Amino acid sequence: MSAEPTSGTGGRPARVRVTGPPRRRASGVRPTASREIDADSELGAVYMSSLLGEQLRLAAGVLVALGLTVGVLPLVFHVFPHLSDLRLLGVPVPWLLLGVLVYPWLIVLGWFYVRRAEANERDFADLVADQPDER
Amino acid sequence: MNDAVTTAPGIVAVVLVTVATLAIGTWGLRFSRTTSDFFVASRTVRPGLNASAIGGEYLSAASFLGIAGLVLVFGADMLWYPVGWTAGYLVLLVLVAAPLRRSGAYTLPDFAEARLGSRRVRSLCSALVVGIGWLYLLPQFQGAGVTLAATIGAPPWLGAVIVAAVVLINVTSGGMRSITFVQAFQYWLKLTALLVPACVLLAVWAGDGAPNPADAAIPGDAFWSLPLGDGGAQGLYVTYSLIIATFLGTMGLPHVVVRFYTNPDGRAARRTTLVVLGLLGVFYLLPPVYGALGRLYASDSIVRASDVLVLELPRLMVPGLGGELLTGLVTAGAFAAFLSTSSGLTIAVAGVLSQDVASRRLSGITAFRVAGVAAVVVPCAVAIAAPDVGVARTVGLAFAVAASTFCPLLLLGIWWRGLTAAGAVAGLLVGGIGSGCAVGWTLLTSATTGWAAVLLGQPAAWSVPAALATMVVVSRATRSRIPAHAGRFMVRLHTPEAVDLAR
Repeated sequence: MSAEPTSGTGGRPARVRVTGPPRRRASGVRPTASREIDADSELGAVYMSSLLGEQLRLAAGVLVALGLTVGVLPLVFHVFPHLSDLRLLGVPVPWLLLGVLVYPWLIVLGWFYVRRAEANERDFADLVADQPDER
Repeated sequence: MNDAVTTAPGIVAVVLVTVATLAIGTWGLRFSRTTSDFFVASRTVRPGLNASAIGGEYLSAASFLGIAGLVLVFGADMLWYPVGWTAGYLVLLVLVAAPLRRSGAYTLPDFAEARLGSRRVRSLCSALVVGIGWLYLLPQFQGAGVTLAATIGAPPWLGAVIVAAVVLINVTSGGMRSITFVQAFQYWLKLTALLVPACVLLAVWAGDGAPNPADAAIPGDAFWSLPLGDGGAQGLYVTYSLIIATFLGTMGLPHVVVRFYTNPDGRAARRTTLVVLGLLGVFYLLPPVYGALGRLYASDSIVRASDVLVLELPRLMVPGLGGELLTGLVTAGAFAAFLSTSSGLTIAVAGVLSQDVASRRLSGITAFRVAGVAAVVVPCAVAIAAPDVGVARTVGLAFAVAASTFCPLLLLGIWWRGLTAAGAVAGLLVGGIGSGCAVGWTLLTSATTGWAAVLLGQPAAWSVPAALATMVVVSRATRSRIPAHAGRFMVRLHTPEAVDLAR
């Protein structure tokens, strides 16, 4: 699929059959890293496990943050039941925490995750693409 | 309650929602031109629209009716239901959203077969999808019966039959193929139907000079504000088990997965999930308001079915026509909740039934229609025969089964190369049978005290670790049979689409 369709007879552009986005780069040499990954070689496995490890660490971090904030609440109220008598602006603290504040906190965690996960993928794409084959 | 003035808004609301659902379905159909349009909206649905659709499909009778009633009766520990149902999407976001989209799987059985290359795992997953779908459909039909009985005084079976019939017409005629528009519309309808009455009721409460709901003296519930189950250690166990079931069960719900496939790519799948978190967070601020106000204005109705609180409260607080109109609006929202969730579930169950069972004897569309009838009739019959299980509790059990089966399969399938078909089958059986026995026991008996009842009533805290451990141990024992394409599949799941790789 070349960028400029060649002119056919009578000045009309030749028909190009479009079946889908190009799965592979049209020309040029593919970078080493993606060839290694495609070949499922040991080097390719290193690239892949670095991406997987990075994403898994990020996910685990977010889940630990969730567990240490929202997840410990039942335990805290089990150990200190009188916390539930506390009021803030007339609203009992458990209601404020579980009925309202937990939702913005979940969105903040999700927003942080999306930003970092996309950054990880950009880094991976740069790593794999920016290694011209010069051997 | 049966005179024409009080029943009219309810009937009008039910008819309007039904007509609007059918009309939008038909209208959206005009934009669908290809097969890909029909099934996955050509994978071009933008995050905003897609998130509304997920919200519309996800917010079921349990969210709309169940939570407020549970909060009224049991207090703050029931706030864990909406928190868990929202946090489940955060867990889904960080662990499965993008890889699941990149897997290219349309259903959970598709994912299992593609990842493990085994027909056996596929069949087992199909059976689980049908089981979870039926368990989740059951409370939708029950809720419909309760709603019609409360608003227009109809016999309890009528609501279930109406919702079942509308869903069946929709799904089998193809009107629901343009499901994205319908579901997105229903999210905003449900939000409006809960938000507007809540504002009016709060204004009435402020105008009354009525006391703080937390101060209302109701004998026998001194711990209303304590966000824990009753009974010391047992209460703590129940609360944590509920947290595990809801946080981990969301990713295994059959009707949720399909919606992820309509995203253009993995990145859009993540952004969609983030918007879903926002939409659910806004919605779930509202049911506790009804629960708290119900403590002041509807304390005598605690003895009746708590699921009707949201429907009764406007009438109890606002006398006359205003109250009836608000009741009509809430009824419309409740009906949207039944229709959207049961349509999504019916499509998921019918899809699996027609692919894996009916297509052996029947062809294409006939198979899908027969499967649709089976998908609806079974839970509808059970709902009519056993109408007395709390809506939110049954949904909670469906989450427990999903968390004990599909959650370990997705987690290990996405993040661990070493999962084998034998390991997956063993883990699915352990989690499915364990949580399934617990569900059957809960639906058939009514004992709620003692450790045995507690452990079986909320199985997730033991059944999820058991299923995970079984999958890991059996996979390690059969490591010679790791699928040959596991490495290639990992590349497909985790690498961004922009990178040029063989997938």
